[in-house]
Amino acid sequence: MSEVRDDRQYTETHEWILDNGDGTYTMGVTDHAQALLGDMVFVELPGAGDEASQEDEFCVVESVKAASGVYAPADLEVVEVNEVLEDEPELVNSSCYDDGWLVKFKADNIEDLMSAEDYTEILD
Amino acid sequence: MKHTPLFQAHVDAGGKMVDFGGWEMPLNYGSQIEEHHQVRQNVGMFDVSHMTVVDFKGVQAKAFLKILIANDVDKLKTEGKALYSCMLNETGGVVDDLIVYYLNEQDYRMVINAGTTEKDIAWINTQAQGFDVSVEPKFDLAMIAVQGPNAREKVFEAMPGVEELAGELKPFNAASLGGLFIARTGYTGEDGFEIMLPEKSAEFTWKMLLEAGVKPCGLGARDTLRLEAGMSLYGSEMNENISPLEAALTWTVDLSNEERRFVGRDALEALRDEGVKQTIVGLILEGKGVIRDHQKVVTSLGNGEVTSGSFSPTMGKAIALARVPMGATGSCEIEIRNKLVSAKIVKPPFVRNGKVLV
Repeated sequence: MSEVRDDRQYTETHEWILDNGDGTYTMGVTDHAQALLGDMVFVELPGAGDEASQEDEFCVVESVKAASGVYAPADLEVVEVNEVLEDEPELVNSSCYDDGWLVKFKADNIEDLMSAEDYTEILD
Repeated sequence: MKHTPLFQAHVDAGGKMVDFGGWEMPLNYGSQIEEHHQVRQNVGMFDVSHMTVVDFKGVQAKAFLKILIANDVDKLKTEGKALYSCMLNETGGVVDDLIVYYLNEQDYRMVINAGTTEKDIAWINTQAQGFDVSVEPKFDLAMIAVQGPNAREKVFEAMPGVEELAGELKPFNAASLGGLFIARTGYTGEDGFEIMLPEKSAEFTWKMLLEAGVKPCGLGARDTLRLEAGMSLYGSEMNENISPLEAALTWTVDLSNEERRFVGRDALEALRDEGVKQTIVGLILEGKGVIRDHQKVVTSLGNGEVTSGSFSPTMGKAIALARVPMGATGSCEIEIRNKLVSAKIVKPPFVRNGKVLV
């Protein structure tokens, strides 16, 4: 059974988004996604200051098995990326909701996100 | 979907089951990378019961195999000796790759791929017309591959009596007793055995191996192990439109006996005479990323394509096998998500017997 946390919101493409309360958001992939992909071996992240439009594939996580795009949930500007993942991509497996976060970004508003409850439902 | 006799054992062990050419098989039991290291450093086992065993019996068994496959079974003189070969179509393309074991001049055993089984058997039966040979697929056999530097020792520990039968086997040789057939072969680049046995004994044997400390490994690790070992995968490095001469498998084609006119020989000789234009090489990524199947490879002699790309757990780098213009060497570039990333062309294998060779 995959872990879903109540403190954040989710996308249909299995990303989580945490509102930091200061106009920035932190984003990563869900426990379900990391389990499906298996052992991570490479994470490709944008640079701080990069902009992305909603639905752009702006990060890529790669496991031994496959590469998987991570999509921008809104028009956004990246403010920080998790550089530790360059040497330790396996953090996406071992700590997808904490140390394995991917990016922090600024966005005006994000629509169409799912609550933890709704996300849990689509996993069933 | 089809299930092997070990299906329930995989589910019980937490295997992540996936569709593998119509068979529901374990991709991994948690971590593919850990399973990979397990085999390189110690021992692991794979259920390969989806592969098919075919026995060839009859006074013309040898004469038939001499025309059926591109390598020459005439090389096989001692009981249990194995030979790797491709089976070709008339245009020199590969119908399948296989291992054939010699038991005696009228009795051979062949192991073919799972995904090609139906096609292979139809093809073999067509070719067999006019030969006094019976073609007998053995669908009631299971197969367990135990691989790794400690594989033999663990098999002897788990299966009492097997050391007496198989203790002296040299690589690429097999021994059998009743329904048990044990070959010192594999698809990982490590020492070990491939054990064929009646499906009813499969679960018991699997449990005995588990009890002896042999960890189950999924088809994910099997693929990265064979890739590191530089071994071809049917459907990736070769197929019905690619000949062994174009897949770095020339060593498996025996043209020495002019009189042995095996299927596909005319086409191979024509191709050889006009010049083989492409081959399979190894690639090591120097930049960041992971190489994937079908990515474009840019060399100084023209473009090629990745046939098997992945991440090498042993080397900690992305590696691949790729089809490139014949003669391409040195460095090249791989197109990964619209960016060209530099890579080095090497001669496989990348890893054998736990050691990095490139």
